[in-house]
Amino acid sequence: MNKQPGQYFGQPLQRLEDQPLVRGQGCFAADISFPYQLHMRVVRSDHAHGRILSIDTSAAAALPGVVAIWTADDVADIPPIDFREGSVEKLAPFRQHILAQGKVRYVGDPVAVVFATDAYLAEDAADLVRVDIEELVPLLSADDAPQEFSPGLLTEATICSQGYGDVEAAFKQAHAIVELDLSIGRHTGVPLETRGAIGRYDAARDVLELHGAAKVPHRNRESLAKMLSRSTTSLHLYEGHVGGGFGVRGEIYPEDVLVLVAALRFNRPVKWIEDRREHLMATNHSRQQHHRIRAAVDANGLLLGIENEVWHDQGAYIRTHGTRIADMTCGILPYPYKVPAYQADLHFRLTNKTPAATYRAPGRYEANFVRERLLDAIAIRLGLSRIEVRRRNLIRQEEMPYEAPLMALGEHIVLDSGDYEGLLDKSLASIKCVELEAEVAARKANGELVGLGLAMFVEKSGLGPTDGARINVDSSGTVEVVTGGASVGQGFETVMAQVCAETLGVAYTKIRVVHGRTDRIEYGIGAHASRATVMTANATREAALLVRKKALTVAAELLQTPEDQLDIANGIVFRPSQPQGPSISLGEIAQRLRPLSPNRGDHIPGLCAEGWFNTDHQVYPYGVFIALARIDPGTGAVIVERIQIAYEIGRAINPMLVKGQIMGGFAQGLGGALLEEFRYDDRGQPLCLTFADYLMPTLLDVPPVEILLCEDAPSPCNPLGIKGAGESGIAAAGAVIASAVEDALGLPGVIRSLPITPHMIKDILRKSSGTPVEMCP
Amino acid sequence: MKAASFQYYAPTSIADVVALMAEHSDAGIRILAGGQSLVPTMAYRLARPAHLIDINRIAGLDQITDHGEFLEIGALVRHEGFAANRLPARLGAILAHIANHIAHRPIRARGTFCGSLAHADPASEWCLVAATLEAELIAESARGVRTISSADYFRGIMSTALEDDEFLTSVRIRRPADDTLFGFFEYSRRHGDFALAASLVSFQLTAGLMQNVRLGLGGVEDYPRRLAEVESLLEGQSPSAAVFTRAGDLAAQHVNPSAADVDYRIELVKTVVERALQHANETT
Amino acid sequence: MKITLTLNGNKHQVDVEPRHTLTDVIRDACGYTGTHLGCEHGVCGACTIIVDGEAIRACLMFAIQADGRTIRTIEGLAQGNTLHPLQEAFVKHHALQCGYCTPGFLMLATHALEKNPDITDAELQDVLSSNLCRCTGYQNILAAVQDARDTMRTPS
Repeated sequence: MNKQPGQYFGQPLQRLEDQPLVRGQGCFAADISFPYQLHMRVVRSDHAHGRILSIDTSAAAALPGVVAIWTADDVADIPPIDFREGSVEKLAPFRQHILAQGKVRYVGDPVAVVFATDAYLAEDAADLVRVDIEELVPLLSADDAPQEFSPGLLTEATICSQGYGDVEAAFKQAHAIVELDLSIGRHTGVPLETRGAIGRYDAARDVLELHGAAKVPHRNRESLAKMLSRSTTSLHLYEGHVGGGFGVRGEIYPEDVLVLVAALRFNRPVKWIEDRREHLMATNHSRQQHHRIRAAVDANGLLLGIENEVWHDQGAYIRTHGTRIADMTCGILPYPYKVPAYQADLHFRLTNKTPAATYRAPGRYEANFVRERLLDAIAIRLGLSRIEVRRRNLIRQEEMPYEAPLMALGEHIVLDSGDYEGLLDKSLASIKCVELEAEVAARKANGELVGLGLAMFVEKSGLGPTDGARINVDSSGTVEVVTGGASVGQGFETVMAQVCAETLGVAYTKIRVVHGRTDRIEYGIGAHASRATVMTANATREAALLVRKKALTVAAELLQTPEDQLDIANGIVFRPSQPQGPSISLGEIAQRLRPLSPNRGDHIPGLCAEGWFNTDHQVYPYGVFIALARIDPGTGAVIVERIQIAYEIGRAINPMLVKGQIMGGFAQGLGGALLEEFRYDDRGQPLCLTFADYLMPTLLDVPPVEILLCEDAPSPCNPLGIKGAGESGIAAAGAVIASAVEDALGLPGVIRSLPITPHMIKDILRKSSGTPVEMCP
Repeated sequence: MKAASFQYYAPTSIADVVALMAEHSDAGIRILAGGQSLVPTMAYRLARPAHLIDINRIAGLDQITDHGEFLEIGALVRHEGFAANRLPARLGAILAHIANHIAHRPIRARGTFCGSLAHADPASEWCLVAATLEAELIAESARGVRTISSADYFRGIMSTALEDDEFLTSVRIRRPADDTLFGFFEYSRRHGDFALAASLVSFQLTAGLMQNVRLGLGGVEDYPRRLAEVESLLEGQSPSAAVFTRAGDLAAQHVNPSAADVDYRIELVKTVVERALQHANETT
Repeated sequence: MKITLTLNGNKHQVDVEPRHTLTDVIRDACGYTGTHLGCEHGVCGACTIIVDGEAIRACLMFAIQADGRTIRTIEGLAQGNTLHPLQEAFVKHHALQCGYCTPGFLMLATHALEKNPDITDAELQDVLSSNLCRCTGYQNILAAVQDARDTMRTPS
C-alpha cells in the first residue's frame, strides 16, 4: 500500500458539492414541488398513553380545500414498519403502524392525516380534527417495573446479553471491585433541515416515486415495496440535498409511507414537510440508557472482569433498527481494553416517549462514557494516574488482529489493526501533557475549578459485506460515477471523485458523482455507520481500475505501444517516456467505443465498467480525547477550554473533510454532554419542543478542536487502507467532558450522568463535604 | 407551524391604533411591533389573535428622546437602538450593555423595548430595567392616556396592568443623577438565551459610601422586582467584596422562585446579585 | 392582498394572505428557495436575509410587512459567475457540510461585514453565535468569515 499522498488521494481538496450550496441553489426536500400537489399534515396525539375513543373529522373535512382525512381504518391494509435487517418474530408486536391503531403511546404518535391544497390550510384542518382519548397512566422510565404493552406482552421487549469468560471467578479473586451507577440523557441528531417526503405516482409508467429520501434509499426501497406490495423496480427513491443526517434522517417513518399511499390513491403528488415542533417529538430520539457496571481488578489495576446491567429506554415503539443500539452497546463496551471475563445484560424496554433509534455513534457514545468513567474510578480507587491505569489495560499492538468474542452489527468483532498505546503517547506529547498538568495544578492552587479529562475509544466502520459502483466516461471526457451511496452532507461526492480521479487519471473536477437514486443503480449501501467511504470508495476504485484497464487496452492498439508503457493523467493516455509523443484522450476513446463507431473493433461498447468491493469484516479506527474544562462556581456552568482529538484513520482520502467530520461531531457530542436533553413532565408531556428548550451548542459554546490525525495503522481489510471517520468526533465527547469536569471538581465519582447541567454542578458543590482529591491524568 | 388566520391592519397614527383596539378588544387583538416574541407564539398557535395591528408604519415611535428629567423610549425603539450611544453617559452605557444580552443581532434589529414590556416575560432584561429604575409606562386607549408606574405594572408571569384596549406608546425612565453607577449581571445557559437569573443595581458613592441604592432581580420570580431588604443592607455601606457577598446571601433569602429548580435558582440569585454589584463597583 | 417585493433587484408582485411569512412567500411565491426554514420560530437563523439593510429572521416577519421593501437573499450574493468573497471563503475553509444553514450564515456575515468592515474577532463571534449549524462545529465558519473580512479590507 502506497502511503504517499497522490495527486488527489490524501489531498485537502475543495469540495465539489459547495458551488450550488453557497449560491442557494441546493435542492432540499422542501424545495421540491410538483404541479397539482397536495400538502399532508399529521394529527398527533396530545397524550403520552391512552385509548382512542373517537376521532371526529367532520369540521376539518368541511374546510374548502381539504381533500381527504385518514385515520387508522383508512390504512388498515398497510402493515407496520418493519425492521431493516429482517423480521424478528419476538419484536414484531412492538412495531409502529403508520397511524395509531386503538392506542396512542407517545405525545406525537400520528393518529390521523389531512390532505389539503395548501400547507397553511392543512394545518388549519388538522387543528379541527377532534381526537377523544381516554388517558392511561404513562410509563416514563426504563428503570420502572415493566407493564403490559398489549395483552400478554410486557414493555420489556427483550433482554440483550453478551459475554464470555468466568465472570464470577473474576470477581472472587478481585483485589478491588469498583461499581458505578451511570446514565446518559435522551438527546438526538436534530439536523437543521427537518424531515420531508414527497410522494408522486407516475401512472404513465406505473412508477411510484419518493423524493426527499436519504441515508439508505436502496434498503428502504425494498422495505417500502414490501409494505406496498409493489415490485422494487416500480418504486424509486430520490435523494436530493440532505440537510444533515446524523442517523435520524432517512429511516422509514410513518410519514414516508403515508405520502406514497396517498400519491397512489389520489393520483396526485403529495408533499409533507415536517415542522420543528413535530421534529422534536416525532423524529427518532436516542441515547437514553442507565448502566450499573462493576469491574473486578487486581492490585495493579488490571481488569479481571466486567459485569454490566443496562436499562435501555426505547420509547414507544421499536423502529427500523430493532435492537441494534443495544447490541452495539454491549458488544463494543470493553474496547480498547483487555477484559478477561465480561457479561452485559441489557433490558430493552419500551416507554411512553418518542421512539429511539440511532444517532451518530449509537451505542458507543453511551458505552464510551460508561467504560471511561469506570477506568477513572479504578484509577482513583487504586491511587493510579488515569493514564497509567489505561496504559496497563490496553490491547497491545502485537495482539492485532484481536479477535473478540463479542458481536457488533451482527458480526464478530475482530480489531483489525492498531497501536493504542502508541496513539496515547502521541496524544500526550502533542498536547504537552506534562506542561498542561503543571498549568492546571497552578490554576487549581489559585482556587480555580479547572480539570483535565482523558478518554480512549475504539470506533467501528465500514460494515459490508458488498457495495458496487459503475463508472462511465462520455465522449467529452466527463466521468460519471454512479454509486448506491448516500450523501448527508459529509462530502461524499468529493471523496468518491478523488478516489476515481487518482485511480483513473482524470481531474477530480471532471467527475460527476451520482448517489441516492434507485433509478440509476440497482443496489446501494447508503450512508450509515461510517461505511460510505470504506465501502463505496473501494467499489469506486474497483470500477475505476476496470475502466482504466479498458482505456489502456484501446489506447495501446491505437498508439502502437504496450499497455505497460502507457499512463493516464488529466484524462489523457500518453507515454511517460515520451511526454510530447502521441496521446489520446479518454473522451476520444469513449467516442471510438460507441456502439455504432466503425473503429470499435471487437471491444464491448462503452468506456464503462462496474466494480464491486467485498469485505468480511468491519474496520476499527480508534482515538484519544483530552479535554481541559473549567467550572464557574457561581453559576455551575462548565466551559470546555480545550479539546484535543487524536484519531487513527488508517488513511485519509481528504484530510480536510475528515477534520470537518471530527470537529462537527465533537460539537454535537458536547451538546449531549452539557446542553441537550429531552425532558418530560410526569404525564409524559415533552418539555423540549422549541429551540429555546432543546439547547444545541452555538459558536460560543464550542472550543476550537485540536486534531491529531494519524495514518499509522492502515486497515488490512481494504486495499485503500481506510477506516471511517463520520462518528469519531462525537464518540468519546461525553466521556472526556465528564472526566474533565470531575477532575475540576476534585470530587471522585460525582459525575454519574449526562448531560452535566449547571444545576447538577451546583448541587454537587452544595452537597460536597469531602476533601478534594488530586487526580492527575 | 403556520400561524392561524388574522385580520391585518397597518395604521399610520396612534389615533388609528387606539380606535382599532377599542373596536376589536373583545375579539382578540394584538399589537405587532418587532414580532420577535409574538410571531413564534403565533407559529406554535399558542397565540391566535383575530386582529393584528402592525405599528411599524407609524412615524416617530422609533425615537429615544432625552427630556432632561427623563428619557422617553418610543414603542418602536429596537433593542439595537440602545447600542448607538446617544444617551447620557453611564445610563447609556449600561443600557447598551444590557441590550447585548438580549437574544442575538438579527433579533435585536427587530425586537422592541416596549414590546418586551408589553410581553412581560419574567426573564426579560428590559422588564428588569423598568422595575429597577424609576420607569413610567404610557398607555393610550380611546378612553384616554394614563401613566402606570413600574411598581404597579407587573401582575404575574406575562401579565401586566395593560388593559386589552390599551397601547403602550412609550416608556419613560427617570434620568438618574449623573454620578450614578450601574451594574448588571445575568446568567443563561447559552449566550442570548433567556436569563435564569439577572440583577441590575444602581447607586451613588458619597464619601465612599453607597447611597440611593436600587437593586432589581429578574428571571427568578413571576416578574422582576426590587429587593428592598437588600437595598437597605447596602445603603450607607462602603462597597466591598464582603458586603456584596452578604447582599447576595440576603437576596437569596428573600426570593420565591417560580421555576421548578428552586434550590438552583436561589443559588444563582446570590451569584448574580454579587456580580452585578461587582460590575457597578468596577465602573467607578 | 397584493404586495410588491424588490428581491435581489427584481420586482415581484405577489398575492399573499396576511399570515404568510416572508420566508414562505420568498420561497413559494417568488421561487427563491435558497432561504431555508430551520425552526420557524426565530432561533436557528437558517432563514436570515437582509431587508432594507438589516439582517433579520424572515420566519418572524409576515410578507405583508415587507411590502415595498428591498430584500437581499443568498441568490443575490454572487455577481454572475463570480462568487462573493464570503462564498469563496466558505468553500476554501470547508465552512459547510450539508449546506442547509449556509445561506443564513452567509447573509448574516454579509450584513455584519457591510455594517462594519473592521469588525473585531470578538464581535464576529458574537454575531455568528446568532445562528445554528449542526455539522461543522463552527470553527471553519468563523475562519472563513475572518478570512473574507481581511480579503475585503485589503483590496488586491
